[in-house]
Amino acid sequence: MKSAVVLLPGLNRDRDMIAALTKISGKPPVTVWETDTEIPDVDLIVIPGGFSYGDYLRCGAIAARMPALKAVADKAAKGVMVIGVCNGFQILVESGLLPGALMRNTSLKFVCREVKLQIANANTAFTRNYQPGQIIRCPVAHHDGNYFADAETLARLEGNGQVVFRYAEGTNPNGSINDIAGIVSAKGNVLGLMPHPENLIEAAHGGSDGRGLFESALGIAA
Amino acid sequence: MTISNTRQITPELIAAHGLKPDEYQRILDLVGREPSFTELGIFSAMWNEHCSYKSSKKWLRTLPTKGDVVIQGPGENAGVVDIGDGDCVVFKMESHNHPSYIEPYQGAATGVGGILRDVFTMGARPIAAMNALRFGAPDHPKTRHLVAGVVSGVGGYGNAFGVPTVGGEVNFDARYNGNILVNAFAAGLAKTDAIFLSQAKGVGLPVVYLGAKTGRDGVGGATMASAEFDDKIDEKRPTVQVGDPFTEKCLLEACLELMASGAVIAIQDMGAAGLTCSAVEMGAKGDLGIELDLDKVPVREERMSAYEMMLSESQERMLMVLRPEKEEEAEAIFTKWGLDFAIVGKTTDDLRFRVLHQGEEVANLPIKELGDEAPEYDRPWVEPKKPAELDVSALPKVDVADALLKLLGGPDLSSRRWVWEQYDTMIQGNSLQRPGGDAGVVRVEGHASKALAFSSDVTPRYCEADPYEGGKQAVAECWRNLTATGALPLAATDNLNFGNPERPEIMGQLVAAIKGIGEACRALGFPIVSGNVSLYNETNGQGILPTPTIGGVGLLADWSQMARIGFAAADEAILLVGAPSAWGTHLGQSVFLRDIHGRAEGAAPPVDLAHEKRVGNHVRALISSGIVTACHDVSDGGLAVALAEMAMASGIGARIDAPPAAPAEAFFGEDQGRYVLAVAAEAAEEIVQAATKAGVAAARIGTTGGRELKLGEAHAISISELTTAHESWFPKFMGT
Repeated sequence: MKSAVVLLPGLNRDRDMIAALTKISGKPPVTVWETDTEIPDVDLIVIPGGFSYGDYLRCGAIAARMPALKAVADKAAKGVMVIGVCNGFQILVESGLLPGALMRNTSLKFVCREVKLQIANANTAFTRNYQPGQIIRCPVAHHDGNYFADAETLARLEGNGQVVFRYAEGTNPNGSINDIAGIVSAKGNVLGLMPHPENLIEAAHGGSDGRGLFESALGIAA
Repeated sequence: MTISNTRQITPELIAAHGLKPDEYQRILDLVGREPSFTELGIFSAMWNEHCSYKSSKKWLRTLPTKGDVVIQGPGENAGVVDIGDGDCVVFKMESHNHPSYIEPYQGAATGVGGILRDVFTMGARPIAAMNALRFGAPDHPKTRHLVAGVVSGVGGYGNAFGVPTVGGEVNFDARYNGNILVNAFAAGLAKTDAIFLSQAKGVGLPVVYLGAKTGRDGVGGATMASAEFDDKIDEKRPTVQVGDPFTEKCLLEACLELMASGAVIAIQDMGAAGLTCSAVEMGAKGDLGIELDLDKVPVREERMSAYEMMLSESQERMLMVLRPEKEEEAEAIFTKWGLDFAIVGKTTDDLRFRVLHQGEEVANLPIKELGDEAPEYDRPWVEPKKPAELDVSALPKVDVADALLKLLGGPDLSSRRWVWEQYDTMIQGNSLQRPGGDAGVVRVEGHASKALAFSSDVTPRYCEADPYEGGKQAVAECWRNLTATGALPLAATDNLNFGNPERPEIMGQLVAAIKGIGEACRALGFPIVSGNVSLYNETNGQGILPTPTIGGVGLLADWSQMARIGFAAADEAILLVGAPSAWGTHLGQSVFLRDIHGRAEGAAPPVDLAHEKRVGNHVRALISSGIVTACHDVSDGGLAVALAEMAMASGIGARIDAPPAAPAEAFFGEDQGRYVLAVAAEAAEEIVQAATKAGVAAARIGTTGGRELKLGEAHAISISELTTAHESWFPKFMGT
């Protein structure tokens, strides 16, 4: 399977993501620049983490208005898989590809630590290599990861099984409603999550719990 | 408001620029006429303590700066050290003390930004950062505000830029009440055949301005940083710069692309004294003149005067000499990243530094003399007095377990998690050891097994008691922390923070500390390759504790053999290596004496450098052989604290024998050159024998296992109780 990574000024986990995709799939992803209006034929598009355009306005707000994100939206509409991690998640929300909002952490501080995630839905293209309810380790590193959605949206997300990752065992680092760490779109092909599975994929990271997400998406057997 | 170019030069104006009357006379002698206002500003920028090292230069020259692996020593933006396979590590530590006290968030943020720029100016991609922070007493009304601001500033810049912060220090002492210390370290990775320097080459070549636009922020910052503080310090806020990590991240990528394109002849970041310092340095180093046309400088404010442009410390800017045939390609790279690219001048062959503004020549100065002829002082100094030895017999007996809990739950030895969880410690995916251990460790990208270790160390209370021994100890502890991971220490950077050097007793501290640092660096083969001096850390006549921070870098050939501090398994033997037969003896200037007995007394622990080297080399060899399952150096708080940290790191407890001599000294003494190791029980005897044979003291002092730490006869403490004490102080202090 072929993948692409979206590059925008200010993103800074792009190299981490490219390394992870390369190690797991065996081939480097193609890259898409902010002004690109077309994305090559790929099966998976990833928007990595960072501080696009400095995030001096609402996180992801400027990025969501760049040509590359229009191209991502076109691909998503055609059913191509899209993953947004951290700032990537914020950008997907700002683009309207995912519902809700990511607010400032309740601590009002940046937080970088390892948390526990529960696989809230193992029946998605992104989680099929995990067991339902499985608890995995995963790092987080963000200032604005406090997921919020209005009651109606929340009920719909929960009812449809669109909540995919949930902070577990009391490790919610940011105050997210219903401990939500990651959600998929109604069609199931767009995933946004705050944690960084790309930073836990090999022995040097102290574990490989994050691998399953990429292996699921890239169609690699567990 | 615009500062005019044509102000009358008065004695008051000269003094306001931090220039002494004899320094001004020197200027008159050099220029042969009264300087223009802009020229006065340029001299003030070049000749202040921060840029000229005029008080410390004489002594800095005595430091060892060469070695087999040293590619570039002090004098460039950062030091460069060979790590083999065509790779090198580029690193430096620099202070941003004064700005951080005035405006903690921006002061700390731009300190991080400045040191990152120093590293990538040389062609290196930053891979690790550390921050050595020192604050006033916890109960001082400003301390909490300063801690919150500095920590979020460090994080705000480093996290957005995208460099992992893998280590550092945070300490409190009333002597920093009016002058906090923010010492920022950064290291980057480069190819040895692609290092970029600041020396301009070639006449008539374009001088190019890169990065962010110039504004009025930070005008006169370096001069401010070379003055003592008084009660009107809040009025200095406009001299602090404002950081933009987004622009810096774009500048990093653009500079690395530019360097790869072959367009760069010389490059220099604009740090302290901005355009002035960078242009003069590039020209003077290359024996060339520089002509700048300020009308071409990208500005973000209107009607800026030449004076303001030359002294602005706006961040995220670079100056370079360009290969003219590459202009189009170079400009395209900067346009792609949304950054300014402007040809603002040219190199000349007349050795003059000429500045043009609106058709007028506002400065015309001899470029070499601006740097080389800066005043240099051999300031009077007095030998520091040594405190009386501690009379241990007068100490009341205390319970070892209770004392340990109190120390772990106190300001200086409690967990710094509250701090480092605000830093991105794992970005780039190479962090093998994050804060909380002996050193931060980052693997070398593109290499199967190599990793670099980083540690920042100094014990200011030792330096206060005995600057010479304290200087030695700072180097030794840094070397020891690197060794404790299994890394071979390569080289170091020094950040010397002291009070007013015009006072002989302060100058005496600086001199003695440098002598101690030099002595230790020579003995341990640990040269100083870069550094920074911060003087005048003094408020209303009260100086800080002498604080010569040492940032060290070590190389692990194979990170799979790296040691960590946490006990790895139960029923393993715990060995104490490098210690006297009584385990510990020295309570003078210890944390135990200060925090349990309320006495800051006695001599600083002496460092026997031959012993340090022998023990460290032995421990490192043991780690490389794969036999060591955990390793921790013994430092602040002594053996008890080291053991507690090892237990807390993994949740595996330990049972320690009754010490052979007095428990307080054995468990809390701060004797130097000691390590605690864990090894398989059956291997212990042989390791002890081999060590003894090699002249390294080693003894089995206990066994790992259980969920408690039992120190000799003292009552056992559960690890959860230790952890609660250790983890609670900081969040409680900060109120979150």
